[in-house]
Amino acid sequence: MIEVENLTKTYGSYNALKGINFRVEKGEILGFLGPNGAGKTTTMRILTCFFPATSGKATVAGYDVFENSLEVKKRIGYLPENVPLYKDMEITDYLTFVGRIKGVSAKDIKTKVSKVMGDCGITHMAGKLIGELSKGYRQRVGLAQALINDPEVLILDEPTIGLDPKQIIEIRQLIKNLAGRHTVILSTHILPEVSMTCQRVVIINEGRVIAVDTPHNLTNQIQKAARIFFKIEGPAVNVVKELNKVKGVKMIEKKETSNGVTDYIVELEKGNENRKVLPELIIKNGWGLHEMRSVEMSLEDIFIKLVTEEKGVKT
Amino acid sequence: MRNFYLIFKKELKSYFYSPIAYAVMTIFLIITGYFFYNIFATFSTLSFQAQMNPTLAKQYNLLNISESVVRPLFGNVSVIMLLLMPLLTMRLFSEEKRSGTIELLLTYPVRDIEVVLGKFAACLAIFSIMLVFTLLYPFLIKIYGQPELGPIITGYIGLFFMGAAFIAFGIFASTLTENQVVAAVLSFGVLLFFWMAGYSISFVSSSLVSVLSYIALTQHLESFAKGVIDSGDIIYYLNFTMLCIFLSLRALESKKWRG
Ligand SMILES: Nc1ncnc2c1ncn2[C@@H]1O[C@H](COP(=O)(O)OP(=O)(O)OP(=O)(O)O)[C@@H](O)[C@H]1O
Ligand SMILES: [Mg+2]
Repeated sequence: MIEVENLTKTYGSYNALKGINFRVEKGEILGFLGPNGAGKTTTMRILTCFFPATSGKATVAGYDVFENSLEVKKRIGYLPENVPLYKDMEITDYLTFVGRIKGVSAKDIKTKVSKVMGDCGITHMAGKLIGELSKGYRQRVGLAQALINDPEVLILDEPTIGLDPKQIIEIRQLIKNLAGRHTVILSTHILPEVSMTCQRVVIINEGRVIAVDTPHNLTNQIQKAARIFFKIEGPAVNVVKELNKVKGVKMIEKKETSNGVTDYIVELEKGNENRKVLPELIIKNGWGLHEMRSVEMSLEDIFIKLVTEEKGVKT
Repeated sequence: MRNFYLIFKKELKSYFYSPIAYAVMTIFLIITGYFFYNIFATFSTLSFQAQMNPTLAKQYNLLNISESVVRPLFGNVSVIMLLLMPLLTMRLFSEEKRSGTIELLLTYPVRDIEVVLGKFAACLAIFSIMLVFTLLYPFLIKIYGQPELGPIITGYIGLFFMGAAFIAFGIFASTLTENQVVAAVLSFGVLLFFWMAGYSISFVSSSLVSVLSYIALTQHLESFAKGVIDSGDIIYYLNFTMLCIFLSLRALESKKWRG
């Protein structure tokens, strides 16, 4: 549905994008992740035909964004980062204007507007001027204008920023429900959002793609060792000594102690996960095993790790 | 065509939401009203004098109101337009750029030309409404005297075309900057330059006269105020307007290139 090949963008002499490649399949939700200034917004602006790339090729639904921009624009719903809206218009008027300009017929426009207003939770604000709305409500109007003509492709630049927790959940659900019929690219800094809503993640940093995969695979790939959390009642010195003897244990990290119960994180070599042996050993020594669970590496950790590793390679 | 109409309608509506349009209209009506009042006063004094001394009146041909008062009138109105029109056009693109709404507008399936023409037409409509309101004044004069209607009608046609040219330039200035004040100052300054080009015709050598009188925006109003519709003048205004619209399109495009 969306193909991006060797995309570069130069602002003056500054290279914001240095050859970006990725694909998005039809019906997929793709998360766009990266630190500030990575080039997420720049990529999205190229895809939405706001400005052309310096070099490289991008197609949406088979149409080139530069040569066939009108066809591309017809198929895209775009929510820009800072949600620029006409402050002097009423919500309903505004959505009617956008809907009509995006090709909704005069006959359907009323139902479309009220449907999208319901979906985005702004029905009760209908008569208000956009300039009078709070940040969160402006965000919702922005989302509503992107959705108004049921576009094939949605490009959302930080769609849940500024929303309250309840609305965030609703909007995420809304985006999730779009999968299948619509193709979605969303950028975000909120990593759980990516694992919750996206089927695939593109991580970019300093204008380059540094990883493309499913959130699950990313976690597996980067995580070089299994980490297990223990809560053990017993003499800490002995516990560490005994656990260290187990084959495959790479490292034991002692955390805080309260009422004689100590927390540990044990790192096991991948492929040699003696999970069974560890609790047996603890019981055998007569210590109390209060808790045992595996610790997943969060996307945050992966993100930080990838971004810093990238830095390490360069310097 | 539909997109053009949608943008036209939206822009027209937002003029009615903005205080600037009302302020400009009011000032325009007050000042033009004052000019027309002067005409009326001159006319009544003259006809009074003519009654007292018919030979004197004939001698100076003062009763020919079109010659003595209608022509300068349209010249004066054009100066007021020069001052006020930039206030109507400055917002059109500068505000979209400043607030970032241009990013959404240009990613909707519309052609740049539909956007530019829609905005142009909306501003032209506001200007036409202003002109139509001032038609009240010639009506009043008509009740009290017998001015020639011809020059007034053609004068209005001239003002309309000149207004279109002013608006087109104002739009071009507005595409160049995201600061409304800069856009207004720029269009005022350049239009003033074109006006002054006409002003200095009487001082320069004859070879320059033809050039200056051709480029002078207001110079082309002269024949309209005389009651003559010269196709050359209309073509001049239309060319000026189209050139400015073309330049606006290029400016929007280059904005896209630079990012
Ligand atoms: N109009 C511009 N002129 C010059 N440089 C720009 C312009 N827009 C963006 N940049 C630069 O390009 C780089 C990428 O910017 P971009 O807005 O794409 O980042 P981003 O990934 O969206 O960041 P954020 O998470 O902060 O939104 C930044 O270093 C930025 O300073
Ligand atoms: Mg951004």
